[in-house]
Amino acid sequence: MASRGSAVVMTLYLLFLLVPIYWLVNMSLKTNAEITGTFSLYPLNPTLNNYRVILTDSSWYMGYVNSLIYVVMNTALSLAVALPAAYAFSRYRFLGDKHLFFWLLTNRMAPPAVFALPFFQLYSAVGLFDTHIAVALAHCLFNVPLAVWILEGFMSGVPREIDETAYIDGYSFPRFFVRIFMPLIASGIGVAAFFCFMFSWVELLLSRTLTSVNAKPIAATMTRTVSASGLDWGVLAAAGVLTILPGALVIWFVRNYIAKGFALGRV
Amino acid sequence: MDKPVNNRAWFLVLPVLVIVAFSAVIPLMTVVNYSVQDTFGNNQFFWNGLGWFQDVLESDRIHAALGRQLLFSAIILAIEIPLGIFIALNMPKRGFWASLVLVLMALPLLIPWNVVGTIWQVFGRVDIGLLGHTLAALGFDYNYVNDPIDAWATIIVMDVWHWTSLVALLCYAGLQSIPDAYYQAARIDQASRWGVFRYIELPKMSGVLLIAVLLRFMDSFMIYTEPFVATGGGPGNATTFLSIDLVKMAIGQFDLGPAAAFSLIYFLVILLISWVFYTVMTAQREAL
Repeated sequence: MASRGSAVVMTLYLLFLLVPIYWLVNMSLKTNAEITGTFSLYPLNPTLNNYRVILTDSSWYMGYVNSLIYVVMNTALSLAVALPAAYAFSRYRFLGDKHLFFWLLTNRMAPPAVFALPFFQLYSAVGLFDTHIAVALAHCLFNVPLAVWILEGFMSGVPREIDETAYIDGYSFPRFFVRIFMPLIASGIGVAAFFCFMFSWVELLLSRTLTSVNAKPIAATMTRTVSASGLDWGVLAAAGVLTILPGALVIWFVRNYIAKGFALGRV
Repeated sequence: MDKPVNNRAWFLVLPVLVIVAFSAVIPLMTVVNYSVQDTFGNNQFFWNGLGWFQDVLESDRIHAALGRQLLFSAIILAIEIPLGIFIALNMPKRGFWASLVLVLMALPLLIPWNVVGTIWQVFGRVDIGLLGHTLAALGFDYNYVNDPIDAWATIIVMDVWHWTSLVALLCYAGLQSIPDAYYQAARIDQASRWGVFRYIELPKMSGVLLIAVLLRFMDSFMIYTEPFVATGGGPGNATTFLSIDLVKMAIGQFDLGPAAAFSLIYFLVILLISWVFYTVMTAQREAL
């Protein structure tokens, strides 16, 4: 294949991906007067003031804290329940296993919009409305099936002889699972955790519906920039840039497994 | 590869069942419950049978939203799948550049969906956005706020921007699994580029392509946040897709019965179309 052609294609594609992000960063470094007044490809008088607004106002930065809390809770919860289930699916046949697996798949297909209202009522009824755990539980709807699939794919790559040898050596199931099996699929666990983190982090509809003040996610806080005096573009852009950062940081560690993870461990 | 039969494995699956029951089954039962009842307020409900379903199935508004949704998903698949394959074929195979390209490509996938909407809403504005400003300077009459065609174009470009990398990354993983020997054999046989693609690369990618098509179909069919933020479903109802319409109905107007019936039909449509894709593509895979 002509590698120069490839380089051109990739350059164009990456430009297409990065220019809109650059524009957001560009805006976040300008004052509102500069954003609306002049049109420039780079900030003429770069300012970090927009970031200062967010990082010094607790109603702003608590949005990030809230988001991170429920995302971490959701990731831990999803992995904790998905690990044994994925092991069961990858190692045994049991009554109704295929149906159960397919039924889990259908939950990944369920539009969050369908669940928004019933979730709201369910969590209000049990007194969990506007708590972090409510959002964490709600996001299990799509993250648990995802984690089960990814882990099942990775676990199926581990030969079953290892399990059998460990049992012959006298390991109990919990000890074998934690001490021997989990280290073997460490990369799979990492990838599953990454995907749970990601899908919980990017979701807005459910997290917005289930919170009002105490657990309000950053994504919902961003609508605050609309006020009587018009839109605060600079702060909006800065808040957007700050939401991109966590993902950009963790992505480097899983770069070689991203594709495998999206393929649910089945490449 | 026969797995042993062991019904005690159910105990390992139990935690998943409990949590999914709480987060999926109970809410879905609430929806079913609402879909067959009507209310005068005050939490007094009475049986309404299949009335809401009939209303939804005959509603012009929902027909229009469904039509837009199907068109949108069709356009998205028609652009993103071939483009994703094309990009995957051009990605560097190994080394520092491969890692860097992977990371940069994955970046849009990790941006919260409302921020994706915000980025494109700003980017497309004629007064302060690079795209809108450039198009206006070039003499195009571009305005996604007032013109339905422009709004559609913006949303489609936004989705291509957001998700093509997913398709490309999946195909890339499929391509990586092809041994070099296959390419050497093709060279000896003097196979054309198209031949290599059709008889070596495409069959090897078919598995991941199935996943890519299913994921892209499901997610484009459920799309809510990005168009909601970017265009708010407008101008008029031009970009009001099923989820936007449903949320408007359920939370905006609190029409519980019709919204519930709508939800169930919506869910069934997704399941049905996903099943069709799955069956057709697995059959084709065996034919390849």
